[in-house]
Amino acid sequence: MNHLLRELAPISDAGWKLLDDEARERLLGPLAARRLVDFRGPLGWEHSATNLGRARAVAAPDGGGVTALQRQVLPLVELRADFAISRAELADNDRGAFDADLEPLDAAAKQIAVSENVAAFHGWGKAGIAGVSETSPYKAQKLGKSVDGYPRSVARAVEAIREGGVEGPYGLALGPDQFTQVIETAEHGGYPLFDHLAKILDGGPIAWAPGVKGAVVISLRGGDFIFESGQDLAIGYSHHDADAVHLYLEESFSFVVATPEAAAPLNP
Amino acid sequence: MGFDQYHEPPEELSAETRTFARLCASLTEEAEAIGWYEQRLAVETDEDAKAIMRDAQGEEFKHFAMDLEFLLRRSPRWRQIAAGVLFQGGDIVEHGEAAEAGSGDDDGGAVAVTAGDGSLGIGSLRGAER
Repeated sequence: MNHLLRELAPISDAGWKLLDDEARERLLGPLAARRLVDFRGPLGWEHSATNLGRARAVAAPDGGGVTALQRQVLPLVELRADFAISRAELADNDRGAFDADLEPLDAAAKQIAVSENVAAFHGWGKAGIAGVSETSPYKAQKLGKSVDGYPRSVARAVEAIREGGVEGPYGLALGPDQFTQVIETAEHGGYPLFDHLAKILDGGPIAWAPGVKGAVVISLRGGDFIFESGQDLAIGYSHHDADAVHLYLEESFSFVVATPEAAAPLNP
Repeated sequence: MGFDQYHEPPEELSAETRTFARLCASLTEEAEAIGWYEQRLAVETDEDAKAIMRDAQGEEFKHFAMDLEFLLRRSPRWRQIAAGVLFQGGDIVEHGEAAEAGSGDDDGGAVAVTAGDGSLGIGSLRGAER
């Protein structure tokens, strides 16, 4: 048994399958950063820090005679979203019910996915994580209020990254409102806007990215943005009472921007 | 140049699946090389030559292990079954049968399917369908 303590939960194999399948299904859509940046790991729950390959000078312990450097690392953060599932619902699932109420799990999945996206794309200062948008050296352009202007804005962002010396293909993270507008829109002549944007991106993906404000164009050539996973997303057990099992979704990770020039934000 | 590691048209495969297939091919090649060195060592009489081949075979052990670990990280069910078989004492076949039975399958079997570390096995989504 590991730190997730899953074996201690009053949940049958069928119940765990229900919960794991539902969590996986709810997470695959909104985890936009994982569609666009390098994923390293998972390196395990015990993995605590990312090597930055840098060192800073520190005073020698006895005041002289030697020089001293201290290695710099980025500590991993632990994200956890708590939720509770009705034991009656789990019992009904064991009886063969098709419609178990898993809304608390769905809400937790959405929350942790949004938090992961925000950390990667916009940064998390208190955790020492600098995001893709805030480190970009390019002046953020407006995406535009009308979707008609999106192709021009995205093309300019692609051009800025290319002029910065970073090749494609490129991907696009779109906030939920902007993504919905894009998939609903056909340009003059009926050509889907989604397909037009994909062509501008050299065929790269367009990701639905809850938590992203506006949009971010990002190079997919690799090596520029590293999401380092310790414990990948998992469901763990906290405690239970007569009515509910208290669980949580959890992961540990760090995020490092190696090449700020490889992405360009577009404000909403 | 051939592309024999692909069983289906490469253009119809995602980047993730192509990478998975490449590492499967690499795993096969490393296992073959380990077997070849084993045979050469069995017949070689020159101790200096054997020392070199032992060193080379050690490299192949390392390559095989790295390939396998990569593939297990990308395949939660494979990882779970492997965790039930590898580095266990006792009857290998019994462990294999138990690990397979406990891993669930894609047809809705009522068994939890998690990676060996208990995670959901999501990992990278580069190249994944939305």
